[in-house]
Amino acid sequence: MASESIALPRATESTRGITERLHEWVVTVDHKKIGLMYILYALVFLVIGGIEATIIRIQLIIPHNNFVSPQVFNRMMTMHGTTMIFFVAMPILFGFGNYLVPLMIGARDMAFPRLNAFSFWLMAFGGLLLYFSFIGGTGLYGAGSAPDVGWWAYAPLTSRAFSKGHSTDFWTLAVLVSGFGSIGTAVNFIATIISMRCPGMTLGKMPLLAWMNLVMAGLVLLAISPLTAAQAMLMLDRYVGAHFFDTQAGGSAAIWMHFFWIFGHPEVYVLIIPCFAFVSEIVPVFSRKPIFGYPVMVGATVAIGFVSMTVWAHHMFTIGMTSYANAFFTFSTMVVGIPTGIKIFNWIGTMWGGKILLKAPMLFCIAFIFQFLIAGLTGIMLAAAPFDWQLGNSYFVVAHFHYVIVGGILFALFGAFYYWFPKMSGRMYNEGLAKLHFWTFFIGFHLTFDLMHIPGMLGMPRRIYTYEPGRGWDFWNFLITIGVFFQIAGVLVFVANLGWSLWKGRTAGNDPWDAWTLEWATSSPPPDYNFASIPTVRSRRPLWDLKHPEDPDWKYE
Amino acid sequence: MRVAGLAGLLVGGLLAAGLCYGAAADPSPIPTMFRPESTPAASIHRLSLFVLAISGIIFVCVFWLLVYSVVKFRKRSDDDGSEPPQVYGSNPLELAWTVIPGLIVLVLFLATARVIHAIQDAPRPESAVEVTVIGHQFWWEFRYPGLGVVTANELHVPVSDPAHPTPTFLTLLSADTDHSFWIPELNGKTDLIPNRINHMWIDPHREGVYLGQCAQYCGVQHAKMLLRVYVDSREDFERWVEQEKKPAERNDAVSAGRRVFETTACINCHAVSGTVADGLFGPDLTHLMSRETIASGAALNTRENLRLWIHDPDAFKPGSLMPAMNLNDQDLDALVAYLESLR
Repeated sequence: MASESIALPRATESTRGITERLHEWVVTVDHKKIGLMYILYALVFLVIGGIEATIIRIQLIIPHNNFVSPQVFNRMMTMHGTTMIFFVAMPILFGFGNYLVPLMIGARDMAFPRLNAFSFWLMAFGGLLLYFSFIGGTGLYGAGSAPDVGWWAYAPLTSRAFSKGHSTDFWTLAVLVSGFGSIGTAVNFIATIISMRCPGMTLGKMPLLAWMNLVMAGLVLLAISPLTAAQAMLMLDRYVGAHFFDTQAGGSAAIWMHFFWIFGHPEVYVLIIPCFAFVSEIVPVFSRKPIFGYPVMVGATVAIGFVSMTVWAHHMFTIGMTSYANAFFTFSTMVVGIPTGIKIFNWIGTMWGGKILLKAPMLFCIAFIFQFLIAGLTGIMLAAAPFDWQLGNSYFVVAHFHYVIVGGILFALFGAFYYWFPKMSGRMYNEGLAKLHFWTFFIGFHLTFDLMHIPGMLGMPRRIYTYEPGRGWDFWNFLITIGVFFQIAGVLVFVANLGWSLWKGRTAGNDPWDAWTLEWATSSPPPDYNFASIPTVRSRRPLWDLKHPEDPDWKYE
Repeated sequence: MRVAGLAGLLVGGLLAAGLCYGAAADPSPIPTMFRPESTPAASIHRLSLFVLAISGIIFVCVFWLLVYSVVKFRKRSDDDGSEPPQVYGSNPLELAWTVIPGLIVLVLFLATARVIHAIQDAPRPESAVEVTVIGHQFWWEFRYPGLGVVTANELHVPVSDPAHPTPTFLTLLSADTDHSFWIPELNGKTDLIPNRINHMWIDPHREGVYLGQCAQYCGVQHAKMLLRVYVDSREDFERWVEQEKKPAERNDAVSAGRRVFETTACINCHAVSGTVADGLFGPDLTHLMSRETIASGAALNTRENLRLWIHDPDAFKPGSLMPAMNLNDQDLDALVAYLESLR
């Protein structure tokens, strides 16, 4: 381990014009700038997707509400789902991965910097295409504007007979284009992690974040490809009279479901594995201990990667598969719970016996573990096929996957924001505001999504723009919507905190958390090309070795 | 009820809510899976309580571990700033928390597989009633091939006495997009998928009306594709079948309305047996007045609602496929009078 922190002289930002600086960002191939662009882009879409969610919840606050028409509601729920998965969760995680992976493995950039930029702009273009549907989706037909077929776009609702105009085409194109971007990014991650690690960093000494992003990238390749193929087939159906999914001409609606969910389920792990990575980096630093059971964590991640490719049809328990198929997918889905449980135990093992510093990043990670535990357990319930015949497609499922995506992914992301914000901006965030953000959002999250399980168990299906009074759903739906406003308040505090800290925050220094991975060895923010001289490492915690020469990790690993 | 639900903040609380609903004795309009009234729903209910209990135990154990470690090992204000002992892992522990969850998964899987087999592979007795359910945007068509009855949106089935079971076996088809048949108190849901034949069965043990609705997004009015199942005593069911098999009543007092019906676009979509109306796109109206609701449960079947539905379907179901008929008041009144004669 030989890297001192060396701050390279930075071009004085203020002397250059705004167009010059903008131009620099547009043409950049630097992994950190691209990472930040991914993150900013995703935050903009997070706000848009959040507004759509708010419209959905206001409509459902009381039965027979007339806040929006059914047509608008269906567009909102389709756009909310598509936006949050393809244009918020994926880009924001790619952004963090882009920013952190080269820094953490001691590389100067990604393996293919220009492919990296190309992938980002493809994804950005995909998002614009999706939202252009509000203007261009109507086409010449006088049909609806934005897509309204649901984010899984089940056939044959997407066929021309049921989806006139161009709204579905915009959806298809947006997902197709951003899918190519994702595939490019996945290739880049794999090449970077396999071949750009600094001297001494064997696969066994790689930070868990790099390992988990490697598995994530592998899953992207396996999962996005069938989705892309299905989108191409759907376009052929719609424009040249192919009959893959056209049931009226002998096509199969079930085939689309298989194509979609062989993407859709691994996609959950594409999103959650990078969040496991954040938690696996933050929990050790704030517990002052190395990660518990590193090799088992790696093994569990790889196991999740493999098993997650065999579980897709648990989304299809109600389509009338044979009892053998239902039993198989019950089993494979429950098996995923084992490596996932191992991770939770290892995080608790990391905290056990440590000195836990309850700062904002750690608070979000602890909440992540708690909420992910519940999400996992409701997942086991849904894995039991007969239980799923009751709960599937009900609000219970909506509660379950928002527990994963908000309670898991978004909480881990907020933790990651606070943890790496000093590195990315060079400034410290405001801890008081961060804690206010945590508690407001925590209360809002639990008010909304804990209660959402209940109407599901009382027979309320998802994707309904209104519901009948007197079925025991009214009271819960009212409280669920109230929770949304707490979440909005939390996000506003978050945005205010980041904005204020960027402008006025105190200087963070290179290593504000007394952490152990290589990104903290360089300046904050890191210079172009990251390291003046490429570091050499001897253990999983190179900065620990540097700080504790009397007790280095490499003696024990 | 609400108190029990508030306890549902946690998984353990969800279990409590379920048990509470399950214990309710009087019929209520809440379509809950926790008050099963049919064999498949009851097996699912038993399995779900088992899975909930196991999940609850796991939750309590792991949650306690998490809270204990955060509280016990938090950094104290009098901390000396030294690093805690650096522990890298423990193979016996890793083995323990791999094997124990593995055994739990095995038990859960076996319990689940048994219920899957019991429900899906149940034999069909000779005495079973056959119904073909056809999903449409946005209503239900029910055909009883053995009995020669066609109706819509309100399914009538006989109560099934465990000593002499008369279960109802449903064949599920779709005329357009995907739908899903779901009456939580009678069975879990099964999808209706075009170009595919699905099956499910129910054997309700108690008479009454059971509520449900379409559970697979099927288009604009998915939300108002409501579903009602009437479980009748055997005598009532037979009486109902006899009544439904009759052709439409011919009443000369409403011949003006009948003329409106038979000379407008109504007959393109609706059928009334014994008349020229033989459309298949909309519900069969032969015994319209035997049904309690119209527009697939979106409105009660009253004179005013019927009139408004024909005049402006969007008033109940914006985006439904029934067009506004643009009749003048006189024709509209005559038509409603005719429909009201279809008992």
